[in-house]
Amino acid sequence: MNKLADLMKAFGEAGGDKAILENNEIAHLVASGHKLLSMKSVEGLEVDAKETLTGVSAKVTVKEGIRIKNPVHLCFGVLHKRGTQKIRMDVKLEKSSSAHFIAHCIFPKAEKVKHIMDAEVEIGENAEMRYSETHYHGLYGGIEVLPKSVVRIGRNGRYFADFTLIDGRVGTLEIDYSVEAGENAVTELTARVFGHANDNIKIKEKVVLTGKNSRGIIKTRVAIEDEAIAEVTGITKGNAAGARGHVDCIEIVKDKAVAKAIPIVSVTNPLAKVTHEAAIGSVDKKQIETLMAHGLTPEEAVDIIVKGILR
Amino acid sequence: MALLEITGLTYMTQGKEILSGLSFSIEASEVHALLGTNGTGKSTLAYLIMGCEGYRPDSGEIIFNDKVVNDLKIHERAQIGITMAWQEPVRFEGISVRDYLSLKQKGTDSSRYLEMVGLSPELYLNRMVDKCLSGGERKRIELASVLELRPKLAILDEPDSGIDMLSTQDIINVINLFKQNGSSVLLITHREEIALIADRASQICRGKIVCSGSPRDVADYYKAKKCLVCDGVVCNE
Repeated sequence: MNKLADLMKAFGEAGGDKAILENNEIAHLVASGHKLLSMKSVEGLEVDAKETLTGVSAKVTVKEGIRIKNPVHLCFGVLHKRGTQKIRMDVKLEKSSSAHFIAHCIFPKAEKVKHIMDAEVEIGENAEMRYSETHYHGLYGGIEVLPKSVVRIGRNGRYFADFTLIDGRVGTLEIDYSVEAGENAVTELTARVFGHANDNIKIKEKVVLTGKNSRGIIKTRVAIEDEAIAEVTGITKGNAAGARGHVDCIEIVKDKAVAKAIPIVSVTNPLAKVTHEAAIGSVDKKQIETLMAHGLTPEEAVDIIVKGILR
Repeated sequence: MALLEITGLTYMTQGKEILSGLSFSIEASEVHALLGTNGTGKSTLAYLIMGCEGYRPDSGEIIFNDKVVNDLKIHERAQIGITMAWQEPVRFEGISVRDYLSLKQKGTDSSRYLEMVGLSPELYLNRMVDKCLSGGERKRIELASVLELRPKLAILDEPDSGIDMLSTQDIINVINLFKQNGSSVLLITHREEIALIADRASQICRGKIVCSGSPRDVADYYKAKKCLVCDGVVCNE
């Protein structure tokens, strides 16, 4: 079986729809390790991708006024037990364009794998980008995931990103996202992670509201059990009149796991407003009792509550 | 034998006696209203019957269907037919109304239970049981979920609180539905018009049942405020 078939098999096993590769109306980019395996574009989407020594580098542009109808699928993975994959992405959404990128990151057998994502994103005036990244990890925990992105949103632009890692072991995760929002721009960053065993989770997300009336939300949902560790830092800066920001973090802790939340909010303009809320602790007793009164065992109740928070 | 028989129930917390040898019973398919001023032990009694954490009797027995359930956990009591709609139901992030209504009853038609509590399935089934719901909406959803369980005994802790006056009839309809389904109901309420639909009523004062009988008689006794002025002396005679 070739590498593409292997990766797509793993993708299918993780619940993905393999038919996306054969659909001419759906753009995609597939890379396993440092091999670029498949690529397809659609009208108005320019992709210039190349292999590097350790991964893949891609320049992606959505042309002015183009609204990409179907999500663009990015499928990255390392199928071997060991390896490094470094993805460099430069994404530009020109004025009044829009696109939804869905990244599938697949590491089913990782025992010593490093996955580095380094992205720069520029969202033009009135443009909108949605980015969803879902990870499918194996049970070994030997993976390091280091996603970093710097995003700039132009006037009236919109950027929504969500990161999900709830299947398999997390390993080591260090998210470092930074978003700068221009006038009337809107951004929402969501991360959902479920850590087990000795997984180590660090999430740092920063929103700088530089434009007048810009808005931003950082929403983080983390559940950890066994001896996992999580540290969530949500930073929001309100630097312009009418800017509104909010940091919302919930961390559920079980067993001997340790969680920490660091909300950092600052305002440099008296007409800006930034708020935060953080809740860390075990699953709410009254929530458990309510579900138990419906006949669920305590274990079933906790499972439903945790899954709900990570949904 | 009554469906629920409580004998000599005493419960203390932080050195204070909340229930003082309370005895009480509910028959099968009976709606039994429990009246009492704030702080007299109504909700405590509900939590003890349900078996909530930290609520174990210091003495006395809770007998359900001929079985002493003092040591059963909440879910074990739920599995034998006791359930409860809390006075202030909690919210759940990421759980839809549809999923919440079918936690244990997979494959049932949840729509009709929502309709029974006066909520449109089209508007509510896909909403989340989270903080976006108003207090009244959340209470109705809780009632729908308890209805769907078809319990032998439903404890309804102030089902009317937080629900607008115009919807009182909805609550009355729901209580009647429990009865039609063959469920018994322990109905904790402060509203006379709701208490009056019960088959029987009791008044609790200072951790004891001080008056039982027809809802009309008990409501009159309650309204006479004997408990408020007698400091327990008359009630406990």
